[in-house]
Amino acid sequence: MSRNPGTASPAPPRSMALIGTLGGIAIMSGLLVATTFQLTRERILQNRREALERAVFEVLPEATNRRSFFLNEEGLQALADDALGQASLYAGYDDSGALTGVAIEGSARGYQDVVKVLYGYSLERECITGMTVLQSSETPGLGDRVETDPAFQANFECLDARLNSESTALVQEIVTVKHGKKTDSWQIDAISGATVTSAAVGHALQQSASEILPLLHRYEAALYENTAEERTSP
Amino acid sequence: MMKDPRAPEALSWSVFTQGIWRDNPVFVMLLGLCPALAVSNTASNALAMGLATTFVLLCSGVLVSLLRTVIPQQVRIASYIIVIATFVTIVDYAIQAISLELYKALGAFIQLIVVNCIILGRAEAYASKNHVLNAFVNALGMGVGFTFAMLCLGVVREVLGSGTLFGVSLFGPDFQPWAVFVLPPGGFFILAFWLFLFAVLKKRKQVRMAGRQATSETEKEVPRAT
Amino acid sequence: MQPDSLTFIFLDAFLINNFVLAMFLGLCPFLGVSGKLATASRMGLAVVFVMIVSSTCAFGINALLIRFELEFLRLICYIAVIASAVQLVEMTIKKFSPVLFRTLGIFLPLITTNCAILGLALFQTNREYDFIQCLAYSLGAGAGFTLALILMAGLREKLELADTPDVCTGAALALTLGGLLSLAFMGFAGLGG
Repeated sequence: MSRNPGTASPAPPRSMALIGTLGGIAIMSGLLVATTFQLTRERILQNRREALERAVFEVLPEATNRRSFFLNEEGLQALADDALGQASLYAGYDDSGALTGVAIEGSARGYQDVVKVLYGYSLERECITGMTVLQSSETPGLGDRVETDPAFQANFECLDARLNSESTALVQEIVTVKHGKKTDSWQIDAISGATVTSAAVGHALQQSASEILPLLHRYEAALYENTAEERTSP
Repeated sequence: MMKDPRAPEALSWSVFTQGIWRDNPVFVMLLGLCPALAVSNTASNALAMGLATTFVLLCSGVLVSLLRTVIPQQVRIASYIIVIATFVTIVDYAIQAISLELYKALGAFIQLIVVNCIILGRAEAYASKNHVLNAFVNALGMGVGFTFAMLCLGVVREVLGSGTLFGVSLFGPDFQPWAVFVLPPGGFFILAFWLFLFAVLKKRKQVRMAGRQATSETEKEVPRAT
Repeated sequence: MQPDSLTFIFLDAFLINNFVLAMFLGLCPFLGVSGKLATASRMGLAVVFVMIVSSTCAFGINALLIRFELEFLRLICYIAVIASAVQLVEMTIKKFSPVLFRTLGIFLPLITTNCAILGLALFQTNREYDFIQCLAYSLGAGAGFTLALILMAGLREKLELADTPDVCTGAALALTLGGLLSLAFMGFAGLGG
């Protein structure tokens, strides 16, 4: 198309030309994006699965296999392995097929954004045995220390999460207390300087545990059915 | 610009270096600041963002240049934006496939590359008027300049704000990091500092050059004095 | 305050995670337009309008895309919607208030490349807000942007009368001011509990 500066501006192109060009570009871009999406989909799902696996085996260290379950008022159902994102909890089994614990997600609002955690729960000891952060955009160096600080992690060696005798609620609410003020086994000692994020972890655990654990105990029989056949831990 | 903007520029070294120093997109043209400040809290994020932006710059520059005779004036901005958005989506999926960690760290700012003024600006000002090879080289220069700027910010912010560089701890566990620098205000301050530094250097250079010019003029005048 | 309540969502976008000062969105107009208080407030108004329109359209488009499982086209659709929304706003303002149109001048089309608008659409999609929450979010974001812009403009106007060294003027000074504002806004972090 000639665009000489000297001559008068050329007649405006017909609408068809405009629509045609835009349409052509749109189609081409649509094709490119759709192709990329198809090419990368498997890999992305794989990445997500691996990330989840790693998190589950981190909070359930003795487990070598895991299974996903969906839990609601009606019961506990085993899920197929690729049902990522729909699972309410993951059960970990060791080599002999015995249940070692359950990994459950929880989330709560932190300083910057939502903090998502995955915690391990032991049915026999009725306590939370481990916690790992799945997602957080907390302050680097301050809030994000909940992920790495060993003293904070020590809170979760056996965090009391007992249910009352009717198994309808937690005996004591899980709560985060100021650094150095922890007196009971259901309290979380906050990281000084990162109280909001530490409190968020506490809220996430409390909310998730109070909601899921009663239901879990009601239907726990489903966890022991069949031996798990899924992939082994990394 | 007096020279006919439609005359294709000859491919020269300056087509490449223009984007690195003289017309650095961040430090000189003050474009693309949103990602520059948001993801430069660690050096590796800064590097990844710089590379992703460079990739989009290159692909869109080449495509726009290839299509420059076909796209009518009236719809050119819309077309450029669609092209850029396509490549940004591709980069988005590519990063998810490569590393979920990196993707989580960069977050929504990958998709925000599409409104990075640098890319649209380059497409409009250069790629649409020049030959594919020129467009490629210029885009590469701009990308390198942008990555350089990102690294300037990222390295300083990470070293001061976390005591690490690319994740490697520099000062040992007892170092008290200056946390503000990995937070939003720190981004503003560090960029302001770099701009200030460059302004000081530029001023010194001007003073020096003015001094030299003054000396050469007085030297010329001396013979006239009796 | 419940994290999902409308008040919290509004406050979050307005003060706690202010779009300009905490999330670094919309910096180009923040540095470019904040020279004068009058232009800053008008730009802010235009942005609020565009944000509300884009947010609504983005919500609708996203619902459609999810229905047809075409999420990978999301970015392209959003940016197209935003460009059209800006065009629409431009035409409406031109028709109903030619004076306002002339004062805004070049700023209106520039809003298309304003990261804040696209950022708004992307964040509201990520957080899966419903329609009313989207409205609250976009109002908060627009108000926050305008607030930051007005604060900055006020400060810069004052500084014009001050005696600053040559090398500091311009962008370096504006950015330092931005940093101080951002630092101040960090104080809102605990708001809302």
